[in-house]
Amino acid sequence: MWSIVFNASFITDFMAAAIRMTTPLTFAGLSCTISERSGVFNIGAEGMMLSGAFVAAVGALFTGSAWIGTGFACIIGALLGLLLAVLSITLGANQIISGVMINILSLGLTSFLSRIIMGSAITQKLPTFETWGIPFLLKIPVFGEIFFRQSPLSYISYAIAIILTFIFFKTTWGLSIRAAGENPRAVDTAGINVCLVRYICVMFSGIFASLGGAFLSVGVVRYFTENMSAGRGFIGLCIVILGKWHPLGAVLAALIFGAVDALQLRLQAFQVGIPYQFLVMLPYIFGFIAISGVVGRAQSPEAVGKPYLKES
Amino acid sequence: MPFLEMKNISKRFVDVVANDRVCFDVERGEVHTLLGENGAGKSTLMNILYGLYSPDEGEIYMEGNLVKISSPYDAIELHIGMIHQHFTLIPNLSVTENIILGLPSSSGFLLELKKAEENIDNISRKYELRVDPKSLVRQLPVGLQQRVEILKALYRNTDILILDEPTSVLTPLEVEIFFKIIRRFTEDGLAVIFISHKLNEVMSISDRITVLRGGNVVGTLKKLDTDANKLAGMMVGKEITLSLDKPSVKKGKRLLEVRGLSVNSEKGGKPLVNNVSFDIHEGEILGVAGVDGNGQGELADAIAGLQPVSKGQILINGMDVAHLSPRKRIERKLGYIPSDRQRVGLIVDFSVAQNLVLKNFCDPPFSTRRLFLSHKNITSNADQMIKEFDIKVSHGNEKVAFLSGGNQQKVILAREISGKPDVLIAMQPTRGLDVGSTRYVHQCILQHREQGGATLFISTELDEVIAISDRIGVMFEGEIMGIIPGGDRADLEQISLMMAGVREQKTKKSVS
Repeated sequence: MWSIVFNASFITDFMAAAIRMTTPLTFAGLSCTISERSGVFNIGAEGMMLSGAFVAAVGALFTGSAWIGTGFACIIGALLGLLLAVLSITLGANQIISGVMINILSLGLTSFLSRIIMGSAITQKLPTFETWGIPFLLKIPVFGEIFFRQSPLSYISYAIAIILTFIFFKTTWGLSIRAAGENPRAVDTAGINVCLVRYICVMFSGIFASLGGAFLSVGVVRYFTENMSAGRGFIGLCIVILGKWHPLGAVLAALIFGAVDALQLRLQAFQVGIPYQFLVMLPYIFGFIAISGVVGRAQSPEAVGKPYLKES
Repeated sequence: MPFLEMKNISKRFVDVVANDRVCFDVERGEVHTLLGENGAGKSTLMNILYGLYSPDEGEIYMEGNLVKISSPYDAIELHIGMIHQHFTLIPNLSVTENIILGLPSSSGFLLELKKAEENIDNISRKYELRVDPKSLVRQLPVGLQQRVEILKALYRNTDILILDEPTSVLTPLEVEIFFKIIRRFTEDGLAVIFISHKLNEVMSISDRITVLRGGNVVGTLKKLDTDANKLAGMMVGKEITLSLDKPSVKKGKRLLEVRGLSVNSEKGGKPLVNNVSFDIHEGEILGVAGVDGNGQGELADAIAGLQPVSKGQILINGMDVAHLSPRKRIERKLGYIPSDRQRVGLIVDFSVAQNLVLKNFCDPPFSTRRLFLSHKNITSNADQMIKEFDIKVSHGNEKVAFLSGGNQQKVILAREISGKPDVLIAMQPTRGLDVGSTRYVHQCILQHREQGGATLFISTELDEVIAISDRIGVMFEGEIMGIIPGGDRADLEQISLMMAGVREQKTKKSVS
């Protein structure tokens, strides 16, 4: 078996798959990074991703454009973010429970609606994106085609990571966001509206998660299936920890998880004698290891998970 | 026309009236003190001025104009700055980031750290508030963190500076320096509002003093027309003395011995408790003084078994308990009054009766065969304790959450003392209590002493530690700076020096 694994075509194939697996995870990681930086756990990233995948699929189906479908996905992501914000910020509800509720709601609604809307259209492939090649870099032998010919959504995920890094550490907005996640009272006494900061971050969190979903449905497989996010939103929570609450860290962490996922798929194909159910678990087992602090601990934002209520 | 005037301010919370038609004003260039006990409504009034609370009634005028302050943003716009009792700094951010948080930058949205650092340097040089703008706040000692808070207010061109109990985190020497800084502010024309319940400090810094009691203004006085005794009377409503009636007790055998005890910090760095050694005998109270946060809490928790011991021994009656569970330590006759009574000392959603048996509900007579609770015995125990410790509650089944702070503390005292412990650890046992309850706690602890118990009495209220203790140890950054006699023989100057980190041996007259 190992001779197969170390053969060149396996490696290029594996790396191409790893990159493909990484993009939705990157979005999930960025989604959780921005919301946790502002002090809100987004357990609902999973549901937002699933809803994003569904809405993108429906949008693409009816308009014939993957881009318009993705635009719809962003809208549903922002709305679900708004829902989480209203529950957990304005009403001060438990953030974990609010998030879980969004997940259940999304799973139920998308499964139900997909049977109604797409029941007959399931065989029809959805419109998708043209891949974008980067001139010159594309010419690098073997690796050029792997790394520099990707879906536009992948490039968007990298761009978001860079923009977020800039915002977090170089702008006054970013200072407000980081401070809101550390000590909302301090932010309040500094005359900043804590709730507004968190609302905006949680809504963007929803948008990022649903972009990851759009990548899953219209970006790769070109159809929608029930529960197709399959836990990637939850992996986002691990990615944040592994990436130490840094957007670029999240990209790297997502790449590691993507590689594990791709490896797992390949191993299944080679029939290594382990039941596939165990192989599917591999990313989650890796997630356990990642968050157990083996990789070196970073401090999470101090106030994450705690609702901020003024007069209490 | 006063520079700032608050007229007939009222504020009610669910069950208490925090401010009842309070009037208050302050002029440029003066220090106007708000004096009162805990819960008198001082902080509430100032939180209203700073826009954190909205008043139910009343108006605020600045230079005669009615202003509306509905958020700290409004307050900052009006050049009002506030230093909170609990700092509103963010430990993981740098000094500069903390100071410019929430301020617009000239370029729109980019952070201008360089420019801000220069500005901070200028201000800190002007008022001699030296601090490195690049260091992270969590790396700074408390005294310097307070400077960052003050710089934060000054950076916003503050005209009115509110200081909410600013000296509670400072050593007596640091307080002197702090007061010099305040005087420079008033010379520069700032209006300073100083909140305190410490009479000596109030008399030394104020120009005018307003005394609050139970949400009402008792009176506003010029400092020159009053003295500490008069103010104390106004504060509590009756004259009080802080001397305790303390019969002499014969010192017996050694009950608690702590040898080279260290507790490491989870975050690494300097140990929180560093090589601490002392002993306490039968019928003795060892007081521990020190500025809050110098390892007192960790010391108490380590002895009680709530914090792992890194090094050293804790001997109760000669037996090392340093690595035993809290339960095993209780069985060896250790009692503990934790500082946070609502979260550590009690289960506030349980009844008084249940809280009273938290430590021994598994034992007869409260359970049979260690399995079935005997409600009859638990209830009768509660009835007896309620009578004996004078707990103000209608019956034992009432939830502890509904009790006042003083009565909650009595529940803990009843539980810990009725077990007749050999060693009692009392951590801040009177924090936040009114005068009557404080006296009751003191009496209980003195009674424990008379019955031959050993007590470790930890408090940040220096007067209290001096009055109650037979000997006093002073903690600074996790170490005991020295142990000296307490009571009438206590040397206040020496304690102050030790609180600032000067060791006992070095405190000869050479230090000025």
